[in-house]
Amino acid sequence: MLVANGLECVRGGRRLFRAVGFELDPGTALEVQGANGSGKTSLLRMLCGLLAPAAGEILWNGADIRTLGEAYRGELVYLGHQNAIKDDLSALENLLVSETLAESAVTPAAARDSLARLGLAGCADLPTRVLSQGQKRRVALARLLFRERCRLWVLDEPFVALDQQAVREIAAIIAAQLGGGGIVVYTTHQEVAVAAPRRTELRLGR
Amino acid sequence: MDRHIRVGARRRVRGAINLYYYAAPRTFYPLAGRMARVFYAVAVVLGAIGLYIAFFVAPTDAQQGEGYRIIFLHVPAAWMSMFLYVVMAFWAAVGLAFNTRLSSMMAQAIAPTGAWMAFLALWTGALWGKPMWGTWWVWDARLTSELILLFLYLGFMALQAAIDDPRRADRAGAVLAIVGVVNVPIIYFSVQWWNTLHQGASVSLTRSPSMAATMLWGMLVMALAFWMYCLGATLTRVRAIILERERRSDWAHELALGKERDA
Amino acid sequence: MSASAPLAAFACVLRRDLLLALRRRSDVATTLFFFVIVVTLFPLGVGPEMSLLRTMAPGVLWVAALLASMLALGRLFAGDYADGTLEQLVLAPHPLGLLVGAKIAAHWLVTGLPLVLLAPLLGLAFDMRAEALGTLTLSLLLGTPTLGLIGAIGAALTLGLRGAGLLLSLLVLPLYIPVLIFGAGAVEAVAGGLGPGAHLSVLGALLVLALFFAPWAAALALRISLE
Repeated sequence: MLVANGLECVRGGRRLFRAVGFELDPGTALEVQGANGSGKTSLLRMLCGLLAPAAGEILWNGADIRTLGEAYRGELVYLGHQNAIKDDLSALENLLVSETLAESAVTPAAARDSLARLGLAGCADLPTRVLSQGQKRRVALARLLFRERCRLWVLDEPFVALDQQAVREIAAIIAAQLGGGGIVVYTTHQEVAVAAPRRTELRLGR
Repeated sequence: MDRHIRVGARRRVRGAINLYYYAAPRTFYPLAGRMARVFYAVAVVLGAIGLYIAFFVAPTDAQQGEGYRIIFLHVPAAWMSMFLYVVMAFWAAVGLAFNTRLSSMMAQAIAPTGAWMAFLALWTGALWGKPMWGTWWVWDARLTSELILLFLYLGFMALQAAIDDPRRADRAGAVLAIVGVVNVPIIYFSVQWWNTLHQGASVSLTRSPSMAATMLWGMLVMALAFWMYCLGATLTRVRAIILERERRSDWAHELALGKERDA
Repeated sequence: MSASAPLAAFACVLRRDLLLALRRRSDVATTLFFFVIVVTLFPLGVGPEMSLLRTMAPGVLWVAALLASMLALGRLFAGDYADGTLEQLVLAPHPLGLLVGAKIAAHWLVTGLPLVLLAPLLGLAFDMRAEALGTLTLSLLLGTPTLGLIGAIGAALTLGLRGAGLLLSLLVLPLYIPVLIFGAGAVEAVAGGLGPGAHLSVLGALLVLALFFAPWAAALALRISLE
């Protein structure tokens, strides 16, 4: 269970938000909304422990995430604005590296399958530098297929640059994760219906 | 410098002693102003006494003539430059470990004074070197270490200046200061080693077989005067840093409008 | 989670960075070329007299190696920072110091090791004797990893800042001084007919110290820079 209490965010001397709190039970989707610059990405980075809140605390199963360290990071998937893929590596290599680091049980064959499921069958061995924005996003999202065991997914604009079909595919993957008792925190500028047992919305900014 | 905070805390002894009371930038601001004035006054008095001893009481040195009198500036400046680096690293580390903003501000405020002391030590060393050794600069182990210390100060200041976000600036500066303070003994030791290997140019600055008691007294008084000056300068600068960082707060606005009497 | 998991992660990052370097060979060549050209400049600056060059050789080669490895530091984290992979490294369920260590190791293998191998060749151009060349190689072998380890802290601190390259040199060069003194000192000691043992021992001690502390300090600095 993920609990946030009285979170405050200050960036470059400006306060973006304060007194943000929520409790997310297993199977809950939290959609973070707000205008550009309202601190959505900052909030997501806080939940990952990348950014320390100016005030407040974030608890995972009752323990502060800062004290949990690696145990918490093992439960977490973060997809940022950037795709976190190397231009000079192929889609397959990128996926294998990120999943080896995450200790997923991954084989080249399984990685190929998941890339194919996201419509990347023909370009798994191309350097990602030649792929389109949407294809690169799919390479980044392919990680999700190996992370069912991670109880918390934090996804910053997962649907950006994707076509209709891929959006539906990713929404289905997220819905399956929620159905299995995972927690998903995400932001999106698009209207995407994500089926969830429970869903909450949080609006940042005045 | 935590002594100041304790002095402040004693002012509020009624009830629980609250050291944290003055650890808040807002409450430290007026206190720092009062303390800076006191330290400056003491520095002026001690400086006057020290210079009087230096110029009129201390005897002319048998070997070095009148020129040696620059040590009354040189030695205290060198001492302070080294001492301040350790103090700076201490406050930076406290700020990093306990996330206390005021300690990081203190570290930031100390750096320019420390750099100035290192520069002063080098400059007076050069002025001393010219009549003594006939050259402005010798690659003496102490002079070289002092120069590297100046570089370390400049690096700390440059890093903090390059980072816009104050929190990141504080924390990054702290890591650098801690790495620096671990390295200072290693650097000093290696420069010593290097210097003894290259005997030729080596001249020891500390060679003073029979330092007259008055010389020593003069130096100690001057060192105290420097210390007081450094405290005053640091506190004055920390006030400026507090105001700059808290410029969006209500109390800083009130202060700017002249409503705070105590400042 | 198995006991060998941290090792697997270390190997994974190491392999990834080596593979990336292999696909960007020009970056490695730039560092080497810089090293060669700086060394070449000295005879042009001070004149071709061999006895003078021989005396200067240890210092010149060491300073050039130091500058070259410092110049390469800018690339250590910058690429990962720009494309977001650095965040994923920080979020990986492994000690960050270990992963940073893997990155430093890969960085040294592609920038430091070639310098070490090239240095004796350049030493020949300075008329250095055989045993001095051997000591030069050995001292660089012990010293350049330390430069990379210390430099990683500076690279992490200056990540993403304006004018990071120049700032990095200001931060890192003073910290390089002990390595320079003992590295060049070892070669000079041999050239002067003394044994290099003491110098090399200190270089080794510095390396051990840096190996223990620098990856963690760099990891802390990375977390700070990513906030």
